[in-house]
Amino acid sequence: MVEVASVEKRFGKLDILRGVDAGFEGGKITAVVGPNASGKTTLMKCILGLVLPDAGEVRVGGESVRRNPKTRAQIGYMPQKAQFPENLRPKELFDWIQDLRGEKSSLTRSLIDYFELEPFLGKPLRVLSGGTRQKVSAVLAFLFDPPVLMLDEPTAGLDPLASSRLKDRMFEERARGKTIILTSHVMSELEEFTDEVKFLLEGKIVFQGSLDEVRQRTGEERLERAIARMMEGGSL
Amino acid sequence: MNEAVKVMKYGFFDLLRSRWIFVYTVFFLLITGGLLTFGGDPNQAVLSALNLVLLVIPLVSLMLGLSYYYYTRDFVELILTQPVSRPAVFLGHYAGIALPLALSFLIGTGLPFAVYRAGNETDAPVVFSLLLAGLLVNLVFSALAFWIGLANEERVRALVIALGVWLGLTMVYDGLLMGFIVLMQSYPIERSLIALSLLNPIDLSRIVVLLQLDIAALLGYTGAVFQRFIGTAWGVAMSLSSLVVWIVLPLLLALRTFRRKDF
Amino acid sequence: MRFAGRVAVSLYLLVVSLGLAVGQRSLEVCSGCEFTSLHAAVQQAAPGDRILVRGGVYREGRLLVDKPLSLLGENWPVLDGGGEVEILTITADDVQVRGFVFQNSGVSHIEDLAALKADNVSGCVVEGNRFSNNFFAIYLAGSEHCSVRNNEVTGAATSEAFSGNAIHLWNSSSIRVEGNHLSGHRDGIYLEFVQDSSVTDNISEDHLRYGLHFMFSSGNEFRRNTFQRSGAGVAVMYSKETVMVNNRFADNWGSAAYGLLLKEINDSTVADNTFFRNTVAIYSDGSNRIEVTGNEFLRNGHAVRLLATSMSMHFTHNTFTGNTFDVTTTTSRSYNDFAENYWDNYRGFDLDRDNIGDVPYRPVRLFSMTVENYPQTMILLRSPLEQFLDYAERLLPVFTPRAIEDDRPVIGKP
Repeated sequence: MVEVASVEKRFGKLDILRGVDAGFEGGKITAVVGPNASGKTTLMKCILGLVLPDAGEVRVGGESVRRNPKTRAQIGYMPQKAQFPENLRPKELFDWIQDLRGEKSSLTRSLIDYFELEPFLGKPLRVLSGGTRQKVSAVLAFLFDPPVLMLDEPTAGLDPLASSRLKDRMFEERARGKTIILTSHVMSELEEFTDEVKFLLEGKIVFQGSLDEVRQRTGEERLERAIARMMEGGSL
Repeated sequence: MNEAVKVMKYGFFDLLRSRWIFVYTVFFLLITGGLLTFGGDPNQAVLSALNLVLLVIPLVSLMLGLSYYYYTRDFVELILTQPVSRPAVFLGHYAGIALPLALSFLIGTGLPFAVYRAGNETDAPVVFSLLLAGLLVNLVFSALAFWIGLANEERVRALVIALGVWLGLTMVYDGLLMGFIVLMQSYPIERSLIALSLLNPIDLSRIVVLLQLDIAALLGYTGAVFQRFIGTAWGVAMSLSSLVVWIVLPLLLALRTFRRKDF
Repeated sequence: MRFAGRVAVSLYLLVVSLGLAVGQRSLEVCSGCEFTSLHAAVQQAAPGDRILVRGGVYREGRLLVDKPLSLLGENWPVLDGGGEVEILTITADDVQVRGFVFQNSGVSHIEDLAALKADNVSGCVVEGNRFSNNFFAIYLAGSEHCSVRNNEVTGAATSEAFSGNAIHLWNSSSIRVEGNHLSGHRDGIYLEFVQDSSVTDNISEDHLRYGLHFMFSSGNEFRRNTFQRSGAGVAVMYSKETVMVNNRFADNWGSAAYGLLLKEINDSTVADNTFFRNTVAIYSDGSNRIEVTGNEFLRNGHAVRLLATSMSMHFTHNTFTGNTFDVTTTTSRSYNDFAENYWDNYRGFDLDRDNIGDVPYRPVRLFSMTVENYPQTMILLRSPLEQFLDYAERLLPVFTPRAIEDDRPVIGKP
């Protein structure tokens, strides 16, 4: 569903991505992991078309992302830290996004209920807590039932209830054949639901495979330790 | 284009809810209303309002334009995750700040003149040219603000550059022009002077308004070349189209940067 | 002296007209009348007769009136010069012309053809006539004690070379020009070598050159006239003892237009006039001893422009409002003085509440000095730079001439 081919990106003197090749398939939850500043968020933004690669190509649903805003109709994105027009209210934000896309979503009501946003719908976004804003962001990501979901540190800042609801939702979507890409620092969490891991180190994917494969390679049972080992080893 | 309008619409309403735009409108209402009520002569009021157009509007457009740009940077990121093209987002974003600013100037200045005009003789062309000049200056400096913001991630740096641009175009440029006149006094420089004035949007808008007032006759009094240029419809058309270039050019440069930018 | 003269003239006129009334005959001219031509009637008439001309168009070439007659038009008879001749020439004293339409006089570059010319006469009266499309309209040469009253004069002048003046007075004295409405000529009212005359209540507008123009004419009065929208305003030159009171100089607005141009005018008074929207309201070159008082200067380009050669001009109790430049001058020295004028640009205060500002006002601004030396800097008019310069100069006056100041500026518009 999503293909990344030889993507390179450099910010000034920093080589962030140095030739990344990766494929993301439907019906799977794929985690992009790696140390801080390894290029995880940049890679996601390349898939979204927010960051324009210096070289290489990104395809979503077979179509190149470059100067092709239509591909974003297929992606639901939940950023690490959601930023909104601060004077808007969640209700207005949902309405506006639907208006902007010229597309009505039948899911709005159910998503609002699911993430228990009802009490906050009429309050300006600027007064909402970080966690509530994350929920608003989650609603936006799921709103148009897109075939690809990209979640950047999705559970950070969420309370346990919301966090587990989000996870449940992800399983449902996986069962419906969605391509789910996520990053997380919480390895125990990844262990719970990741089908595949892509390990990004210094701008390159140094390992990709299933959780079992990770365990086999490293000989570690716990993902956290396995990842740590890989980071120590530099590569495999 | 439809998308641009939608982007603009929300930026527009978001801004309308912020105190700033309200304060800005009331500022113009009070000043213009005060000038007309206590100043007596409506022409004198036009001239004082012209000072606002030449000094305050560029500064406010630059400063509010810049802060709006930074304030909405993350919001733009949100829009860009949606299936909307970058030029549409850019235009909508620009219009979202430039139009409310222009509107609050037009209301704040136009309304008192409209009310006042009910019982007094005011030269409609003068007021019209004032509003037109203010509108264009607004659009020019909002465009410059966007360009400066896009080219500088660092706020302080952008702020310093914007202040420099403001000071340069309002004061320094004219100072240099005056120096040029003094130095080149013995040469026929009228034509170059006209050309040089066309290069500065603030000089341009000033001349557009003054053409309806006293400058035409007074310049004619000093030289025939001025009169030939300034007294004609061609002069007005030339000045206005130069102002339009001043809007379009920074916008195109900013759009170029915007299309290549990583978020 | 002047008053006595006027009384004498009036008495004389009264006696003459009474005397004429006694033996007066009336000759009628119209298509079915005793006379069908004005020419014939004039030939047949005896001095003192009245000729009544009924409505119709009369093309009779040049008509010479060489005896004291009273010509009276009824229902606007038209005297048409066909664009070739001078229509009416008066060479006798005490001729009166009333109620005619004069049109299409000849145009000449050699002689000054007019619709009506009085040559070397006394006591003529030209009243209530209409003049249209003539070269010169009313032309008085070497005449005295005449009056030109309530005439309507319109021209269609398009170039100075092909047009004459509406009312042209040459080498004459004791003429009264009153209540005429003049437009579309070269000059509205032109006086050259004219003494002891008065020009009052006229409206003179839309002329190619001057609304009023006089040279070498002294002892004349101009009251309650309106001079407006003329190519180059009003110009008075080489004259003295002139009184200009209660006139309105308006909209003489163009690249070389003046409200009132004073060129070598001495010992004169300019009082209680209104100057509205002139490029230069008063321009003074080589003029001395002039009282400029009680005038209102409103929205002019330069309200007062003094060349270095002007001396002993006294500007008092004038009102300056909304002018681009209050006073401009070519020199830093000045032998003229200003006192108790109202200046809308005055920023001083009046702590002792005597209605006189506590600090002097300097009407010459730094920017106007700059423009004086470098005329092209006018393009910076009303720029932020200009205001900055003027503000700096107000704080630290070093450039503007100290000599020109009003040390008793009036607070509050009179």
